[in-house]
Formats: sequence, C-alpha cells, structure tokens
Amino acid sequence: MSVDRHSASAPPRVALYNRPKVRALFYQVVLLAAALWLGYEFALNAKANLDAQNITSGFGFLENTAGFGINVSLIPYNESDSYGRVFLVGLLNTLLVAGIGIVLATILGFFIGIARLSPNWLVARLAGGYVELIRNLPLLFQILFWYLAVLGTLPGPRQSISLIGGIFINNRGIIVPAPVAGEGAGWVFATFAAGVVAAVILGLWAKRRRLRTGLEFPVSWISLALVFGLPLAVLVASGFPITFVKPELRGFNFVGGVRLLPEFVALLLALTTYTAAFIAEIVRAGILAIPRGQTEAASALGLRRGPALRLIVVPQALRVIVPPLTNQYLNLTKNSSLAVAVGYPDLFAVFAGTTLHQTGQAIEIIAITMAVYLAISLLTSGLMNWYNAHVGMAER
Amino acid sequence: MTGTSQPAYIRRALVEPEPPPLPVGDAVTWARARLFDGVFNTLLTLVSGAIIAALVWPTVKFLLIDAVWTGTSRVDCLPETVGGEVGACWPFVRAKFAQFMYGFYPASEQWRVNLTYALGAMLLVPLLIPRAPHKALNAILFFGVFPVIAFFLLVGGVFGLPHVETRLWGGLLVTLVISFTGIIFSLPLGILLALGRRSALPIVRTACVVFIEFWRGVPLITVLFFATYMLPFFLPGNWKIDGLLRVLIGVVLFAGAYMAEVVRGGLQAMPRGQYEAATALGLGYWRTMGFIILPQALRLVIPGIVNSFIALFKDTTLVLIVAIFDLLGQLRAAFADPAWATPVTLFTGFAFAGMIYFLVSFGMSRYALSMERRLNTARPR
Repeated sequence: MSVDRHSASAPPRVALYNRPKVRALFYQVVLLAAALWLGYEFALNAKANLDAQNITSGFGFLENTAGFGINVSLIPYNESDSYGRVFLVGLLNTLLVAGIGIVLATILGFFIGIARLSPNWLVARLAGGYVELIRNLPLLFQILFWYLAVLGTLPGPRQSISLIGGIFINNRGIIVPAPVAGEGAGWVFATFAAGVVAAVILGLWAKRRRLRTGLEFPVSWISLALVFGLPLAVLVASGFPITFVKPELRGFNFVGGVRLLPEFVALLLALTTYTAAFIAEIVRAGILAIPRGQTEAASALGLRRGPALRLIVVPQALRVIVPPLTNQYLNLTKNSSLAVAVGYPDLFAVFAGTTLHQTGQAIEIIAITMAVYLAISLLTSGLMNWYNAHVGMAER
Repeated sequence: MTGTSQPAYIRRALVEPEPPPLPVGDAVTWARARLFDGVFNTLLTLVSGAIIAALVWPTVKFLLIDAVWTGTSRVDCLPETVGGEVGACWPFVRAKFAQFMYGFYPASEQWRVNLTYALGAMLLVPLLIPRAPHKALNAILFFGVFPVIAFFLLVGGVFGLPHVETRLWGGLLVTLVISFTGIIFSLPLGILLALGRRSALPIVRTACVVFIEFWRGVPLITVLFFATYMLPFFLPGNWKIDGLLRVLIGVVLFAGAYMAEVVRGGLQAMPRGQYEAATALGLGYWRTMGFIILPQALRLVIPGIVNSFIALFKDTTLVLIVAIFDLLGQLRAAFADPAWATPVTLFTGFAFAGMIYFLVSFGMSRYALSMERRLNTARPR
C-alpha cells in the first residue's frame, strides 16, 4: 500500500536537459564562458593594438612630468609636477565644485520646492515656471549659455560692474575681497569651534528634556547665537583681527582679493540651478506624499502652518525625500565632469582630457577616471543608505 | 490634580476662533485669498510680480520687438545700422539654418533627411494618439521597419543613393539620430537587464547588477570617452568603427542601464499573484514574462520610460565633447564665424536652440503626464 502511494506521487521522470537545476547551471556556465571569452579576446586585442602603436601599458606614466599649468588648484602645483599630482589637483577641483554645488542646490531646491506649494498663486506659478524651464533644457546648453552668453559678454576689468562690499564682476571672473587672518584670529576660530560643540550639546540636552517633559526649548536661535554671535563678539572685542583685502583696479587688472574664474562660476551656476530644479520636484513630491490627515491633525492640535511644517510634515517628508535626493547629489557630482566643455580643470578635464592627449594611455586613464566616479557614487549611496536607515521609521 | 501638574504640551487657554472662510467663485475674493491675504502674502505677490516683469518684458522685447527680421550680413544686426537697441538677429539663424538642421550633409541630398523626418512623423503621430487604430502594426513599423529604411536613406550607398559619410552629419539630424537609436536599443536592453537582475540564477543576477551599477555610476562623458578612445583598442586592429557608431554604442549601454532600473520598478510593482497564476496555468518563464508580466509592468512605467527618453534627448548634447557636432555643437561652431559676430549673435543662437530643446523635452514630459493620468498610475491625493 505504502509503496503504491509513494510511486503514485513520485515525480515523473524528466529528461536530464529538462530539469530546472540542470538548465539553470547550463545557462550560467554559458554566460560565464561567453564573458570570459570576451574578456580574453579584448585583452588579446588590446595587447596587439598597443604593441602596434608602441604604447607601453601600465601606470608608470603617473610619475612623469606633466609640463602643463592648471589655473585652479587647491594644493601647490606647478608645471614640473607629475601626472599623479595632476590627478590629485583635478580630483580636488571636482570635489570643490561638487561640494559647493550640492550645498547651494539643496538650499535653492528646498526653497523652490516649498514655493511651488505656496498658497500664494503667483509664487507657486513662478516656481513652477522655473522648474519647467530649467528641467527641459540640456545641462550642457545651460553651462555654455552662462559661460559664453552671460559671463563672456560682461565688460572688461576697467568697466567692471561693482557691487556692494567690494565685489567686482567682469569678463575675467568675479573678484571678491580676500579675508586675511591677523594676530589673535585664532581666538575667533576657537570660539567658533567651541560654539559648534556647545550647540550640539545643547541640542542633545534639549531633545532629552523635550522627551522627558514635553517642553520646547528655542534651540535654533540659541544655537545660531552660539555658533555665529559668540565669534562675532570675540571679533569685535579683540579689535577685528580678520580683515578683508578689497580688490583694487591697477592698470588693466585687479590686485588683491580672490578671483573666481568665469569657468568655475558658469559651471557652478549651471549645476546649482539645474540640480535645484530636480530637488524642488523631489521636495514637492515628498511633502505631497504626507497624508493630509497629518497636517489636519497638527492644526487640530493648535499648531500654526510654520510649526506644523517644521515639526510634523518635514520630518516625515524627509524619509521620502532622502533616497531621490541622494541620486541628485550623485548626478551633480557626475555632471561636474561637463567642466571639460568650458575648461574648468576638474578631474575629467585635466586627466581624461589633457593627460590623455599628452600620454595616449587611453585604457589606464579612462579606467582610473571611471573608477573614481564609481567610487564616489558607491560611497555616497552607501552613506545615504545608512542615513536612510537612520531616519526611517519602524513600520508597525 | 492642580493645573500646574498638567503636561506642558497641553494648552491652558483656548485659541482665538478663525475668521469665517471667504465666499468662493468671485475673482476679487479669489485674488484676495490667493494673492493679498495678509501683509506677508501681499509682499510675496509684489516681489514675484516684479521678478516676472523683470524677466518676461526684456525677453519679449529682445525676441520680438527689437528683433532684426531681415538682413543678409552681420552689418544689419549692428547697433549702428539699426540706430537703437538691437534684439535678436534672426538673419543669423536663417543664414545658418541648414547647418543647424543637417550639419554638412550635402545640400543636394538633404531631401533624404527631410523624407526620413516625414516618414518618422507619419508613423509616430498615430502611435502617440491613444485612439488611433492598429497600434501593434504601427509599433512594428515604427520601431522595426522605420530604422532600417532610415538607415539606408541617410547613409546611402544603395539603390543609386550616393553614400554620405557620418562625419558630414550634424545639427539636429545627429541629435535626433542619437536620441532615436538610443531609445529603440536601450528599451530592449533595459528589459533584458531588468529581467536578469530579478532572475533566480545567481551568476546572471550578479552580472546584471554589476553591469547596471557600473554604467549608472559613471558620468556619460566618461562613457563617450570610453567608446571613442578605449573601445578601438579592444577590437581587432583591422576593424574600423565609424565615429558616430562608437558614440551610439556608448549611449545605448548607458541608457540601457538607466532603462533597466525603470523597468525593474514596474516588475517589482507586479503582485505576486500574477506570477503564481501564470505558473498555475503552466506557462514557462519566457511566456510568463512575455504574455503576463511585461505587458502590465511596462504599461505601469510608461511615464518613467518617457522621462528616460527626455534625459537621453538632453544628454545627446554631450557628444560635442567628443567632436561630433550635434545641434549644440553646430551652434557653438556658428558662434565662431566672424562673418556673423555681433553683440546679439550669442543670445540669438541660444534662444533658437533653446526653443527647440525646450519644445521637444516639454512636449514629451506633457505627453508622459497625460499618459500617467490616462493610465491612472498615480494615486489621487
């Protein structure tokens, strides 16, 4: 009996090539073999082509002298430095423009995203128009527009547009006063650092107090006073040890001050305004994703529009906003490689551009460049995933 | 219990009652509620109004009122000739129009480009109208037959059509060729990659994840450099690949990876029951995907797919960095022409090209929006 029942429910005999496991194994082995063969073939071809063109492969070229100048550098650099140094200069320039761009784009993007939801009809329309216009024009178009049409047609140094505070704008860039730290400036920086630490401690204490007693503490105002007010007071008390050297027109150019190159300004402007349009849409979607009941409940509890946004809507909306926001930060960083079109010396322009043309080491240079961007991407998404897990609410 | 022991977050006094809501429907009350409700709101309205006026009026003045409409050379667009403020120099656009549209495609052969455009438009328009009949046939013609015809028409070398080298192509032609090729090849590639990424086979899945994340992690410009400078090293020495073709390969790989993520979103949104029902009916993997899952999943992500197309269309401008002169590249080249150097040439050129880019992208995004509404994939608030 039991034998009979067993045989009745036994799976029917299947040919070997029809068994799912065998098939799965077969397909994967074929895929792997094809990939390996392709890689082998590529390597073989690369070797033959390099031999034919007399290019020595390897990373030895990084030690060679670059022999070209770079007009923006955060670290000391001159023409006799190596290609390795060029790589570093470019990488830092990329991080510089991406870092500033991310901060500015976030501020502008949040501002415009909230303006799009404003109860004021005209403000909402204006913000909507900005988003539609900027999003539907290619980024490279915008970079070239700012660089060629706006900054390129400004008057020369002698007819500079002068703004308040000693800022001058002309076709060679924007010249801003340069801060110079004198005697006793260390105290100001020390107070600033102490203010930041105090603000963090205050924030932690206020949060614990709120959780315990439910009492709000005006943390933001006091923090602002600690971080900026205290150093300012020290600055005044010690007789302004930090001074600004105002740029002055001497002959045909400006002396003193810091000059922001038009290439940098154009790139930064375009990256900021372009990314801000996308961030605005993300912020808007994030706020709209919060159920209306939350806002209504907040107002039923007696919160006005401001506190309701700040305490109820924004903390919840952030959970929706952060993942796509990460993507925009990554996009901005990757898009900063368009610097090559206007000649701002970022990683791509000086390394994959100039260095590639001088050395001809296409494989190594493009591989390094891609690896850098890939590493930045993976690192950022890793960090943001961690943050996302941090702000994520445990669903019940 | 005394009042002092109450938790701090409980109100002790009642809030003042809100004023009654304003009646609706009247323009004046509407304006009062939406524009002049309180001092701050009025201030916002005035500031935004000032910004709009400061932007719109000079633009209209530049593009229409002060514009120079007729002329034959740069002299017609100089302030000295016009005797006053000069707006857009439209003769510049007219003089460079062929260059913007066709690049250096021989003038005697430009009818081939126009014919391709006309054919494409004839097939595309009914495809976009939801009520037009024969969608399947139309789609096969547009995505399968049209590219072949377009290829032979544009490249030539057969049926007595003279061969036109791709390095003569340029302007809007190149922009559209790259966008269209990117679109028709990236969609199937993206679908395959998305299926692979959700596959149960570990090696297939890993390969797809690595492929997708690699191309999504690097900027498009490095991909174009890879395709232009690195790819030739990997191919046998006697293979000569056309410059435009190299760029197309790079664009398709890049766009395919992004498309894969869009399609994956649709696949993930499919309820499990659909897979189980298909298995219960005895369908194998490919039939399940082809007949049950993909038709529903792709419908769901049409807005996302169109957004990828918009991104791709805008990204085609990057090819100018690898010396292929698309619309923006031709624009830049035209700026360098001393015969048309005037103070307004730059703004005129950017206005013209900007309008083309804006109309195409904006049109596509509006279409995606209307599709989204039609398919009702977005949940109403």
